[in-house]
Amino acid sequence: MATSDTAMKHDVHEHDHDEQHLWEGGAEPFKASYGKLMMWYFLLSDAFTFAGFLITYGALRFSSPTWPVPDFVFATDPFGLSATFGKAPLIFVTFMSFLLIISSVTMVRAVQEGHRENKRGVFIWMLLTIIGGLGFLGCQAWEWTNLIKTEHMSLTRNVFGTYTADGYVLNHEGEKGESFREGESYLIHMHSPGHAAGHSEGHGEHHDYKKGDQPGYVLDDQGFIHHKYVYTDGPYKGQTRVQEFGPKAFGALFFFITGFHGFHVFSGVVFLCIIALNVLSGVYVSRKNGYEMVEKIGLYWHFVDLVWVFVFLVFYLL
Amino acid sequence: MATVDIKSPKTQEEQLIETLGFDDHFHDHHEGDKYRSNFINTYVFSMDHKIIAKQFLITGMIWALIGAMMSLVFRLQLGFPEESMAWLKPVLGKWIIINPETGMGTLSQDFYYALVTMHGTILVFFVLTAGLSGTFSNLLIPLQLGARDMASPFLNMLSYWFFFMSSLVMMYSLFLSTGPFSGGWTAYPPLSALPQASSGSGTGMTLWILSLTLFVVSVLLGGINYITTVLNLRTKGMSLWRMPLTIWAFFVTAIIGLLSFPVLVSGFLLLMFDRGMGTSFYLSEIFVGGQALDHVGGSPILYQHLFWFLGHPEVYIIILPAMGLVSEVLSVQSRKPIFGYKAMVFSILAIAFLSFIVWAHHMFMSGVNPFISNFFVVFTLIIAVPSAVKVFNWITTLYGGNIRFNAASMFAIGFVSMFISGGLTGIFLGNSAIDIQQHDTYFVVAHFHIVMGIAAFFGMFAGIYNWFPKMYGRFMNETLGKIHFWGTIIGAYAIFWPMHYIGMAGVPRRYYKFDTFTSFSQFDDMNKFITIAAIITFSFQVLFVVNFFYSIWKGKKVTTQNPWGATTLEWTTPIRPGHGNWEGKLPTVQRWAYDYGKDGKEFVTQVTPMAEGEVSGDDH
Repeated sequence: MATSDTAMKHDVHEHDHDEQHLWEGGAEPFKASYGKLMMWYFLLSDAFTFAGFLITYGALRFSSPTWPVPDFVFATDPFGLSATFGKAPLIFVTFMSFLLIISSVTMVRAVQEGHRENKRGVFIWMLLTIIGGLGFLGCQAWEWTNLIKTEHMSLTRNVFGTYTADGYVLNHEGEKGESFREGESYLIHMHSPGHAAGHSEGHGEHHDYKKGDQPGYVLDDQGFIHHKYVYTDGPYKGQTRVQEFGPKAFGALFFFITGFHGFHVFSGVVFLCIIALNVLSGVYVSRKNGYEMVEKIGLYWHFVDLVWVFVFLVFYLL
Repeated sequence: MATVDIKSPKTQEEQLIETLGFDDHFHDHHEGDKYRSNFINTYVFSMDHKIIAKQFLITGMIWALIGAMMSLVFRLQLGFPEESMAWLKPVLGKWIIINPETGMGTLSQDFYYALVTMHGTILVFFVLTAGLSGTFSNLLIPLQLGARDMASPFLNMLSYWFFFMSSLVMMYSLFLSTGPFSGGWTAYPPLSALPQASSGSGTGMTLWILSLTLFVVSVLLGGINYITTVLNLRTKGMSLWRMPLTIWAFFVTAIIGLLSFPVLVSGFLLLMFDRGMGTSFYLSEIFVGGQALDHVGGSPILYQHLFWFLGHPEVYIIILPAMGLVSEVLSVQSRKPIFGYKAMVFSILAIAFLSFIVWAHHMFMSGVNPFISNFFVVFTLIIAVPSAVKVFNWITTLYGGNIRFNAASMFAIGFVSMFISGGLTGIFLGNSAIDIQQHDTYFVVAHFHIVMGIAAFFGMFAGIYNWFPKMYGRFMNETLGKIHFWGTIIGAYAIFWPMHYIGMAGVPRRYYKFDTFTSFSQFDDMNKFITIAAIITFSFQVLFVVNFFYSIWKGKKVTTQNPWGATTLEWTTPIRPGHGNWEGKLPTVQRWAYDYGKDGKEFVTQVTPMAEGEVSGDDH
């Protein structure tokens, strides 16, 4: 440790001397190898790709009259946890975000061990990073499965609609049921006998629905139950209306953007695995630039993490 | 093969490099052998930047010929709509429809649109992006910076082969039974988003989008490499302010590409989902054949924004390398330092910055808010300032110069002429109010062909004539070169000057024929004239191609190391440099790149140390 400290001081001294010549040629002005610079510039371009998607998100969302409420859409979690510990919206996505961010911390540790030339340390911390990444992907897989299989959302169908005024839902007999507030979202369930809904709103799940236009609902050809409701406020006050599917763009954007991000995480995990195996094989020990490869994949990993912050912001918080 | 057979005495520059250069022990590692051990890795899967540059150039030339011939076919249709095209049947096959009674052959309307679309796509992306920037960035960045090669030769090789794959896919799409994509090179939805919208919107569009996605990968791999090479691999003494303007131009071009092409990819990926997965990012309330489609909530304007966020910077990706080449050629061939070097650099940077905030001037007529248009009008017109600075500096560089009128310098001067002519009409189009009349007319066609099409070609030609000796160790034929120049500049003006008038009269572009508009029949003769001019101009380009390939093998040999008497580093390498460019040590740079006619010397190379008490040339 002591020797490396002296070496560092010596380096610093030399750098002071070189500082004014960094841009004069024959040097690396950012004190980064070409490989690291390339990674930075790749990430910069990738950031613009994501920016394109998020701008698309903004443009389509703000041209849409309503948008599903995230607290309502993402209120589910696996293994009946909410039933055990009480319902808390966004708890599941909070957990998966936490996993990803923690995996960034472990990545930092791996890079640090690389600077210390500690092969074992690098490998262990990278392994933890990989586990974090896989955990995130697993959570995303569950979330997608839940949305697609249980709630029947797809790229072209958004089962989450939103009320634009206060009112009340009709029960299946066509009588006044639960009331709702302006801006609340609803889920259009698919009818299947004995189906336990994830989003139980407490009305009529055990009812045996009949096809077509009924007093309290419409059962469409695809088997979706569109409940009827009455607005008690706003321009449609007093009218009986039928629950419609929400803006299509929601489902499309959700699957597209989180999918594109998930693909980045997946690629990152693959590269992490390859580099972790290289670390284990000792191929970096003899190299001039040591564990720089670990640093480069680290940059990528933090970037993917950072992008998730924005994806999380627009889909889950706003 | 890479060295000269006869050992001539060392030149002054070689001696300077030997005494002042620094040894990076490049040749101790025998790295050259790894790159050039057999035919395949020397000429095909080469990682040497000079070979990759030639690959880009020749692929670009092939595409340029294909693209130009396409334009001739649709020019024939526009100039001579009543003439039979039956003679083209052997080439175009079913796209020429023969009337069984009269034997008259007409061009299929679908194919007319496909030709227009492909002409645009090929010229903008494959020729003027890959062929221009790919060629000269690869050739000149390492040579003029004093680097052995690109930062990553492997990614550089990949960059070319992605371009090659992209080319293959696009080429394949030309032979589809439904024809290539035909919705315009900008690929606006819904023609691009609905496979059933037109015959080219199906497989043709799928291949188009695939091809361009591969192309973007190529551009990004290349661009990342150019940027890191410029930053990290400059030789000792080559500070940023000593870089030739070519390098500044390539460097900034690469940055623009790096920031704009990814947004195009975003747009394309969303488009793919609209096409294949039934999403509605760009589609809303569409009827096809009287049948309502199940698409709501999307916005075709959104695509236009994403497209033009690349599309406008793309114009500068095309023109900046040409500007860089022209600056260098003008300075070398007029034996004068470039006028206002720093102003040139800052104007490149200003243009690059402004290029990102003017994209919506392509969309004044798309229904964007007219108040937002104001913003884009202002910034668009501001671009005229750095552009005018550059033009002023080029002319001032020429002024009083001892100009050598050879093919290279004439094309460079021709570039300046074209850039002025085309730039002035840009001021018309940049005004959203005037654009109401001019939008989508032949005025626009004339404007952008002159300012970025012909001008960029002129820059490219200037570069080819100037650096051909470095590429192949031979000169191109000067006489043929001059004939090429005069034929091209007169021809180009003959094609595009009349188009301004047609456009001002409101004749819309992309129309198959105008026989239903009686008021446009007055332009029939003008259209004939344009078509004939196009054919003649094309024949001069054939002359260039012949000259190019003839000179590779039979051209006059270069016998001196520095035939143009230039100051930059590429002329301190052997006449035919091997891998690693310099045989021994790397040169160190002692001065800026434009010491011409200084202290009584015609030129002073960058490796020559400053004399006692000499004042640096860039201090004004």
